[in-house]
Amino acid sequence: MIRFDGVSKVYKSGNRPALHDATLEVKPGEFVFLVGASGSGKSSFLRLILREERSSTGIIHVLGQDLGRLSNRKVPSYRRNLGVVFQDFRLLPTKTVFDNVAFALRVLGQSEAYIYDAVPEVLGLVGLGNKENRLPHELSGGEQQRVAIARAVVNKPAILLADEPTGNLDPATSAGIMDVLRNINAAGTTVLMATHDTAIVNDMKRRVVELSDGRIVRDEAGGQYQTRANPIFVDDSFPTRADSQPIAIEPIDFDPIPAFDPMTPTSEAVDLSYLDRLEEDPL
Amino acid sequence: MKMSFVLIEAWNGVRRNISMVVSVILVTLVSLTFVGSAALLQLQIGNMKSYWYDKAQVAVYLCTQYSTLGACDQQEASADQIAAVQAQLDSDTLTPYIDKWYFESHDDAYKNFTKQFKGSPVVDLVTPDLLPQTFWVNLKDPTQSALIFEALGGMSGVESVIDQRSYLDGIFSMLNAASLTAVGLAVLMLVAAALLIATTIRLSAFSRRRELAIMRLVGASNWFIQTPFIVEGVVAATIGSVLACGAIAGIVVFFVDGFLASALPTTSFITLADIWIVFPGLLFAGAVLAATSAYVAISRYLRV
Repeated sequence: MIRFDGVSKVYKSGNRPALHDATLEVKPGEFVFLVGASGSGKSSFLRLILREERSSTGIIHVLGQDLGRLSNRKVPSYRRNLGVVFQDFRLLPTKTVFDNVAFALRVLGQSEAYIYDAVPEVLGLVGLGNKENRLPHELSGGEQQRVAIARAVVNKPAILLADEPTGNLDPATSAGIMDVLRNINAAGTTVLMATHDTAIVNDMKRRVVELSDGRIVRDEAGGQYQTRANPIFVDDSFPTRADSQPIAIEPIDFDPIPAFDPMTPTSEAVDLSYLDRLEEDPL
Repeated sequence: MKMSFVLIEAWNGVRRNISMVVSVILVTLVSLTFVGSAALLQLQIGNMKSYWYDKAQVAVYLCTQYSTLGACDQQEASADQIAAVQAQLDSDTLTPYIDKWYFESHDDAYKNFTKQFKGSPVVDLVTPDLLPQTFWVNLKDPTQSALIFEALGGMSGVESVIDQRSYLDGIFSMLNAASLTAVGLAVLMLVAAALLIATTIRLSAFSRRRELAIMRLVGASNWFIQTPFIVEGVVAATIGSVLACGAIAGIVVFFVDGFLASALPTTSFITLADIWIVFPGLLFAGAVLAATSAYVAISRYLRV
């Protein structure tokens, strides 16, 4: 279904490869977690599958297509076999839930009759059957991500790629999203999900592929997030000093409302890098 | 249904950048008005050329007793010499090229002169013997006046051979220069229009970047993504072209046929009926210009 053979990716400006000699095979119907620190190559991995980038060396086969030989002209029809979900949802703010999902079908030229059949069905699948006419800003983050998932799978893709889909969501909401993804996977769709979320990976007990500095350092079925390569999250067995004393903590007077500084970016960091590529001068 | 979706997207684009669309319309209007005016000037030149060239004759001036030019030696052309020139004009070598000719005597020349310069003091200074006798020749093809020069130019009794077209050429080359200037300005304006359309489309694409990113992700064909932008550019440019056609029609009806024609009644001017041919050209030029620059601009966003 997805096969990487010795794939490396070097960006023009980067001095070290984003992906280094990656070899991997994903079988139909699998659910694979892609874990690793920021900058470990997870996003490059997904972008290569999406054919937003071409590999520098090595061969990538997806759904029987050699992506290195896929002409630009054929990329759109290739992408119809993939669904994609992002951390920042990427919904159209002026369109209703129904129209957001229908957009994916309309741009492919599906008939309205088909759209009025398929969209309510997929919205039911993600648990939003009664919110067709809401606008995205009227929904919670978890509900917005469900809309994004509905849009990704309404076209019945063979593969669903999810780039930190729970990154902006609290644990309870994330669990709901994971139920949806599990159902989609159970219906036969291969799911590839990049994540930082320890709890989710540990709960699901699915295949885990770990990337570190662009290399695949671990690939185990029914894996855990925590390993020696991921020491940041390894805390259970962390040795403590035997003679450590509890530290007395002085109560501090916090300013209850922090001063608003318009120059400080909000904590909800959103990946807008794809916008940069739209800002080039056309001539 | 697919087409309606494309048109709705194009309409949204127009609505979101109304000021840029208006500037595209205006720049297209001005540049195509220049293009159209240049075309009109060319039509007018062609019109005047065929009118005047048909009237233009070759004059074979004969010697007078005061003339020192050509083969003249202050001797009036003799009857033999006149007969020789006449024989040349009637000879088999020249007749196939000559439509008709007539002879103008001293008295005829004087009559025409006094009529032409009636009321001018110069009339009192001129006597019939000052004005040369002339053979006026109308050629079947006015461009072949060189034949007459060759055949008659060196003959005794002939003062000079003048093609009246040489007077007209000066006027026409001036008009030509004016129309070339208009074309030059039009080209500059068209370049500006093309760049402005590209910028407008780029802004339009930027304001729709989310839709574009999603369209690309779900695998919409490039054709489907491009078409609304190209339609947007073409619609704006076509409105500009239609206005330019209106402006040119206005120039012809009110300035040329209204003002110029009454000021210069002897000259034949182009009319609205003559310039219909220009309008489809302008509309086509505007649409092609817009489609090309919009296509180039939007292609940058579609590289996968």
